[in-house]
Amino acid sequence: MLTSTDRPRNDAASAVTGVRPASSGRTRRRRSATPYLFLAPGFALFLALIIYPMVRAFQMSFYDWNIVAGASSKFIGWANYVQAYHDPIFWRSLINSGVYMAMTVPPQIILGLLVATGLRAKAPGRALYRVLFYLPVVTSWVVVSLLFRYLFADVGLVNYVLHGLNLTNGSTSWLGGRWTAMVAVSALGVWKGVGWSMVIFLAALQGVPRELEEAAAVDGAGRWRRFTTVTLHSIWPSVVFVTVMLVIGGFNVFTSVLLMTGGGPADQTQVLLTYMYKQAFSYLDFGYGSAIAVLLTLLVFVLSVIQLRIFRQPRIAGTAS
Amino acid sequence: MTGHNYLTRHRYLTGTSRYLLLTVGAVVMILPFLYMLSTSFKGQQYVLTTPPQWIPHPATASNYTDALRSDHFALYFLNSVIVAIATTVLSLLLSSMMAYAFARFEFPGRELLFRILLLGLMIPAMMLIIPQFVLAKYLGLLNSLDGLVIFYVAASLSLNTFLLRGFFEAIPVELEQAMEIDGAGSVRRYWRLILPLARPALATATIFTFLASWDEYPWALTIISIPSRQTLPLGIALFQGQNSTLWGLVFAASVVAVVPVIVVFLVFQRYFVQGLTAGAVKG
Repeated sequence: MLTSTDRPRNDAASAVTGVRPASSGRTRRRRSATPYLFLAPGFALFLALIIYPMVRAFQMSFYDWNIVAGASSKFIGWANYVQAYHDPIFWRSLINSGVYMAMTVPPQIILGLLVATGLRAKAPGRALYRVLFYLPVVTSWVVVSLLFRYLFADVGLVNYVLHGLNLTNGSTSWLGGRWTAMVAVSALGVWKGVGWSMVIFLAALQGVPRELEEAAAVDGAGRWRRFTTVTLHSIWPSVVFVTVMLVIGGFNVFTSVLLMTGGGPADQTQVLLTYMYKQAFSYLDFGYGSAIAVLLTLLVFVLSVIQLRIFRQPRIAGTAS
Repeated sequence: MTGHNYLTRHRYLTGTSRYLLLTVGAVVMILPFLYMLSTSFKGQQYVLTTPPQWIPHPATASNYTDALRSDHFALYFLNSVIVAIATTVLSLLLSSMMAYAFARFEFPGRELLFRILLLGLMIPAMMLIIPQFVLAKYLGLLNSLDGLVIFYVAASLSLNTFLLRGFFEAIPVELEQAMEIDGAGSVRRYWRLILPLARPALATATIFTFLASWDEYPWALTIISIPSRQTLPLGIALFQGQNSTLWGLVFAASVVAVVPVIVVFLVFQRYFVQGLTAGAVKG
């Protein structure tokens, strides 16, 4: 559009109402400052507090940053990244973040799908179940992290129940070792996240035409086949969306690890963000912390792009037949 | 909708097992909360016993009275309320103004500016925490509620503007044109027409913004170090001692913090679903 006016835009609205607004003499108004005035306060704040720090994070990662007021910081090139490369705890944090992602994403998708399909039909009690599954999602990370730390305590409920079911001898020190602690933290992640994927899948399932599934049933397709060929196919964009968001979320795990293990014992359970936080705010190494943050951002970005490529074509089970 | 067909019959047959599975799942979801509630009524010597106490015996309300009477708890609560309300009001005002500009005006740079704004949805908040801390320090915002509010507002702008823009675009433009012919300026149209009509979307944005700032922990942990400025999540995390945690006290405080959230959630449930699924389903 060459001429800008401050009259209301028509395209989207007329697409909704189906009515083309009558053209009037007002269309040809001169370039106006109005939209910019509406944008200015919010956008200025956004630029100053989000975009500027974003640029700053990249810049800081190349400095030996000095936090003391007035003191100058030294440009050290890639040194912070080299440090990360040679830092075993950085690699351990990266692996732990990956493990957390791998242990939380598939269960959240599968359980979310399962619950959503179960709650899809209008049946009594449906609303109540939906609320119960969604409650953990709205509860603060601080509260549920402390709660799970309590449940996974040495003489906590989890050990008691597992012992009662004869699955363990009931004396597992969950938060005392690297892998058991990762299991506990991941259990929290799944428990808190299932409701979220469930809601997204439920909404997506509303858009799947029943007729398609019925047609497949008439054609003799079994439950599983109907689910993969018709249902899953129809909600595929939502599956992709949930997967990408959960992978991003998995690498952004922070509060639960910080409050359940603090990254300990002896940095065994550090994830990328808790390690970044420790470098920055315990050791005041802002440059190194920034480098870790930048690496995490790049990693998440690359993973998202790869996933979107892989998922572009919906996988249809049994297409060969 | 057809009444009797293959699918409904099939569903009817498997109804019982489905309910059973769902019930097991729902119990797993709700049990930790009930256990937390139970522990909040236990004395310290009963919080970690074998076998665990399902029903507190003897039950005591002393955790609640202790929490509420402790030096700063009322203050934490008040700080959280102030921060959450200020954040929500400011964020909704600023993002609805931006959404109005994006939804109803053509102007050079519109697409570019909108894309820059959407960047905010893609950057993980934690990635910015170091430079934001440096900035807050420079601006003298450490240990102040202002420092919490303006960064929370900034962090919420992208999502809220995105959400509101979509809704504003769906408001018939004829209504606005009628007002315009009557001589109403853009500010008046925004305030008197768009905002009142967009109440459901504003409700969604309100809930999400309020809860996000009510629950936020990492940023508050980073810039607040004096007790008089701490919010509830910080206060609750502080009740967790280094060696012997007073679990009853922690969970009494948690219950006090969580109950308002659950009430808000139950009352405004449908707005949650709307907000969550905006943009998600279309993929």
